[in-house]
Amino acid sequence: MFIVVVGAGRVGSSLSRAMLADGHEVSCLDEDPESHARLDTGLERSWEDSGGQFTVGTGLEVDALRAAGIERADAFVAATDGDNTNIIISQIAKRKFDVPMVVARILDPLRASWYEEQGLHTICPTRIAIDMLEAEVRQAAEKLSSGALTGRGNGGGGEPEA
Amino acid sequence: MPEKMYAIVVGAGKVGWNLGRELIEKGHEVTLIEKDQDRYQTVEQELEHNVQYGDASELWVLERAGISRADMVIAVTGDDEDNMLICQVAKEKYLVERIIARVNNPRNREWFDLLGVRPHVSATDLILRLIEHEVPDYGLIHLLDLPEERLEIIEMLLADDSPVAGEKVGDLNLPEGSLLISVLRDGRGFVPGPDTVLEAGDEILAVLDPGVEEDLKRFFGSDGTEPETSQVGKV
Repeated sequence: MFIVVVGAGRVGSSLSRAMLADGHEVSCLDEDPESHARLDTGLERSWEDSGGQFTVGTGLEVDALRAAGIERADAFVAATDGDNTNIIISQIAKRKFDVPMVVARILDPLRASWYEEQGLHTICPTRIAIDMLEAEVRQAAEKLSSGALTGRGNGGGGEPEA
Repeated sequence: MPEKMYAIVVGAGKVGWNLGRELIEKGHEVTLIEKDQDRYQTVEQELEHNVQYGDASELWVLERAGISRADMVIAVTGDDEDNMLICQVAKEKYLVERIIARVNNPRNREWFDLLGVRPHVSATDLILRLIEHEVPDYGLIHLLDLPEERLEIIEMLLADDSPVAGEKVGDLNLPEGSLLISVLRDGRGFVPGPDTVLEAGDEILAVLDPGVEEDLKRFFGSDGTEPETSQVGKV
């Protein structure tokens, strides 16, 4: 399929390379021309020679979106470093350009969950990290109270020392 | 508008700071939210507890400012995405009845409309409209757009070859959904009666339903080649 990715930072560029490697057509849009170098990283040939597209511009510029090919995109990923930018441009992709699959990276869990409820598909890395850390700490607490883990002997939520 | 309302103003730049001060002087309750620490401290020296420090696109910051009881949210930061998001959340999540958003880049106007963030105000557009008003040879000018109420007030100059020049107002068969409300002649405005005879060079003010502009332009003989006026800055 044809994927438009806005934001060629760490997340956007890795995702773009992975999708290209899977055999998809990928077009990246970033306001910083230098971000192109990140797309080349680890590729044998340049991003373009490997089949990728790169456009300089922002996700709010209708000309840049069109140049990146949004009108024929099957999927749209908003992965800039700005939560609000990602929220706004993914709504543009959905409402103005009818892109069938739209997903936005949103770091703030509160904004992510509210917009998810409104029907915007969001990925919240912070939420994922919180959930994983919670699970990790809970697991340690359980091990401690069951005796599988040796604590420092100062309680810490486990059974008081005999 | 309630006599005394509670307004949250986001962004304590030049616009927000002055706006906040004016609203307070008019007796309204105001909270300004500013995310830049230095700027916050500067403004706080004058407006004290009326300013809060924080990023208003974080929902808890809006909640701390009491958004659920706000009568109005005005987003005037220098960032269009922030203004759109804050107003969208204010309107759709917190059900704030009145929102006003500042448009920094007129090209983003389309997105404010797309997301239902209205009314929005753009200084660039306001100035452009003034320029159009000052330029003698113009077509149709929007003086006021009230999209919610479905009402517009426009101004038009009657050209020398206007088919209505020399006609009595009472004899005019105006396009449906339009009403002539005033005539400006020789720098003086008056409400026309049925016997008023229109002259070339008159400026007329009309109130109309949206979508009647083109009919009205044809009616008064503007050939439509004048600078296109925009549907902008719906104040």
